[in-house]
Amino acid sequence: MAQALNGLEYGMLLFLLSVGLTLIFGMLGVVNLAHGSFYALGAYAGIAVAVFTGSFWLALCVAPLVVAGVGAAIERSCLRPLYARGPNAQVLLTFGFIYVFDDLLRWLWGSHVRSVAPPAALAGVVALGPGRFPVYRIFVILFGLAVALLLWLALERTRLGAIVRAGVWDAEMAAGLGVNVARVFTAVFAAGAGLAALAGVVAVPIQAAYPGMGVEILVRTLIVVVIGGLGSLEGSLAGSLILGQAETFGKAWLPDSSMFIIYGVMAAVLLLRPTGLFGRALR
Amino acid sequence: MSDPLLRCHALTRRFGALAALNGVSLEVEARERRAIIGPNGAGKTTLFDLITGELTPSAGHVEFAGRTISGLPPHAVARRGISRSYQRTNAFRHLTAGENLRLAAAAGARENFRLLAAPPPPASTSAAVREVAHAVGLGARLDILAGRLSHGEQRQLELGIALATRPRLLLLDEPTAGMSPAETQRMVRLLAALPREVTCLIIEHDMDLVFTLADRVSVLHHGEVLAEGLPAAVRGDPRVHEVYLGSGGEA
Amino acid sequence: MRSARRLALAGLVAVAALPWLVGSYPVKLAQEILIWGIFAMSLDLLMGYAGMLSFGHSAFFGLGGYVAALALRGWSPSLVSALVLPAAAAAAAGLVVGFLSIRVSGVYFIMLTLAFSQMFYAAAFNAEWLGASDGLPGVPRPRLIGLDLDRTEVFHLYILAFFVLALVALARVVRSPFGRVLRGVEDNERRMVALGYAVRRFKLAAFVVGATIAGVAGSLEAQFNGYISPEALFWTTSGEALLMVSIGGAGTLAGPVLGAAAFIGLQSLLSSYTEHWTLILGAAFIGFVLWAPEGLLGLARREAGG
Repeated sequence: MAQALNGLEYGMLLFLLSVGLTLIFGMLGVVNLAHGSFYALGAYAGIAVAVFTGSFWLALCVAPLVVAGVGAAIERSCLRPLYARGPNAQVLLTFGFIYVFDDLLRWLWGSHVRSVAPPAALAGVVALGPGRFPVYRIFVILFGLAVALLLWLALERTRLGAIVRAGVWDAEMAAGLGVNVARVFTAVFAAGAGLAALAGVVAVPIQAAYPGMGVEILVRTLIVVVIGGLGSLEGSLAGSLILGQAETFGKAWLPDSSMFIIYGVMAAVLLLRPTGLFGRALR
Repeated sequence: MSDPLLRCHALTRRFGALAALNGVSLEVEARERRAIIGPNGAGKTTLFDLITGELTPSAGHVEFAGRTISGLPPHAVARRGISRSYQRTNAFRHLTAGENLRLAAAAGARENFRLLAAPPPPASTSAAVREVAHAVGLGARLDILAGRLSHGEQRQLELGIALATRPRLLLLDEPTAGMSPAETQRMVRLLAALPREVTCLIIEHDMDLVFTLADRVSVLHHGEVLAEGLPAAVRGDPRVHEVYLGSGGEA
Repeated sequence: MRSARRLALAGLVAVAALPWLVGSYPVKLAQEILIWGIFAMSLDLLMGYAGMLSFGHSAFFGLGGYVAALALRGWSPSLVSALVLPAAAAAAAGLVVGFLSIRVSGVYFIMLTLAFSQMFYAAAFNAEWLGASDGLPGVPRPRLIGLDLDRTEVFHLYILAFFVLALVALARVVRSPFGRVLRGVEDNERRMVALGYAVRRFKLAAFVVGATIAGVAGSLEAQFNGYISPEALFWTTSGEALLMVSIGGAGTLAGPVLGAAAFIGLQSLLSSYTEHWTLILGAAFIGFVLWAPEGLLGLARREAGG
């Protein structure tokens, strides 16, 4: 039971991360290898705000906005000139940003592990059946679900959401509708970066922050997105929940081979069903 | 009469609910020059994609020289002797015109897999390359990068690449697309001078070109064959006038 | 052309003479550059010549290292252990991974190759008999008839010999008719298919050749360091090599070597002044991707061409 809840909480964290990556891919066609760096940046920025103001909640609001701004700046200045050059140049560019952010974080905050305690309202544990479970982890689960619901509403019910979903299908068509695609691209990239940062802040009280955290989580995020289907919100949620459980239980039952199997599943999905569980064919 | 070189049998291709091509049957004799005309969206390029294997038919099949080729991968279809040019120039932009032609001429050559073979001499010295270059009027331009050629020259190169594989059947998709009248004149002369051994299927909007070059004409409309026959007969067909020539919008 | 060849020859002579001219640190640096130069060249065969951006190349580098470590430690300190077995293992792995990976293209190829290299990483990381996260230490250098490879200058020439071998072989491959086909694939894959080329077979052949040479580079890395660890298999190892290729100039053989020299040289130079050399390197790399996609070599050519 506690295992399953842990897996659920981890899955929700993965969802916050992967949904941004998948929306960016769906809209811009870019596989953003710097996504893990946005996550790490969010975590450190969150710690800075929390330590400075003493408020975790403020950190939860401010850090994602800052990182979204960074994301928007990167999209405008660096990614935009590369859209015409195909996926290889874009992937290489975002790979370069891993180096930049990794070092920047070490520079600003040092290499040691940092953490903040969860806010007082979420401290402590609750009794769940026979076991006990930290309140904060339950908060993470509910928070992830709330974000999923909000994103779903935003995509289904708003004009921007409709455009984004149209963009998932066909960028040319969106241009035909008189939409400023360039601005939508920036907005989606910024939102994706902000969501990754949100995951970073949320993760800090559980996992702490350390400079290599971004690279470590990135590949798992890619696995989620591939299994769920590139460009799909539902897929990202499903993939996150699956990987959250698989990794949590895998570590308990098959400690030696669980990651090997998970990477193997990723490879198999790419080969046999590149659209994943929920992805739509892009062509 | 001998068997036709190309036989399309009730070819259908659907994209979702839309049937881009709907039960098209077509027979082209060896040595024939056949023009395919029809308004935009009639399914002409889809027909080419189905013949070359770049698309697979939803129903029906294609026979070439008496054997079914539908289901073969595109490179295998090409190896049987079918070559095509594209509506938008689809050359190797960062290679010289000569290298473009040599790559086309060398498709299927055994030495392509000799990883440690000596480097071949410059493309412009190859007899096969020079011959094709001469045929498409690029004899003096072999050392220019394909991306740097003028639009008209790129169209000539497009034709040259298709020819250099020494095809038995040549599919030409709007060879004069985007050309000036002078360039078009030149292209018509080049096409007219092609050896008769090369059977041609030509998609074209330029009616003068169609009536100059084609032995027979097939008219596609909404994915179906509307009419087929000698150029003069097709020109006189009132249905063809109505959908295509009539209001003068397309031609 | 002729002057370029002369320049390369003079460079090789100078590199060969290094152990007698400079101290042990620069010599070690040069050896590292040679090894990574081999690795980056082998990746460039895929990336620059055939248009395949592989994040899985580290799998073959690491595999070569592990096979060499196992064979040199446990079987015999011979050239078979140091060269033949690692190359053969990497070739076999390249055949399987390549066969599967080239079925997809674009970002799917990138992610699939990444997934494969992570499978190798996870396997090594969790295998006790491979030393798990620590890897395999105490890898001896092979014994060649009468040569003591533990002596710096002998080992230096040994690595240089491998480098020259890889360079000459790859130069031959990229200029052969096969290499020309790869360039065609890189430029316009769809048209190559339409012309009748069985493109997948050519890509697979290139993938296997690249993997084999990467395996040799990995073996040299294990001999150079005296150990091999799962780090060598991790996908960012491929990323580092991709970075070298891009900085130096993809689609050339001098480019990756130049990139390896720039990367390793800059790393050692900057790290003595500042801890933040990765920031500078990352920023430089981004600059190259944005403004000089042909790399250092392209910049040099632009300068020369006016």
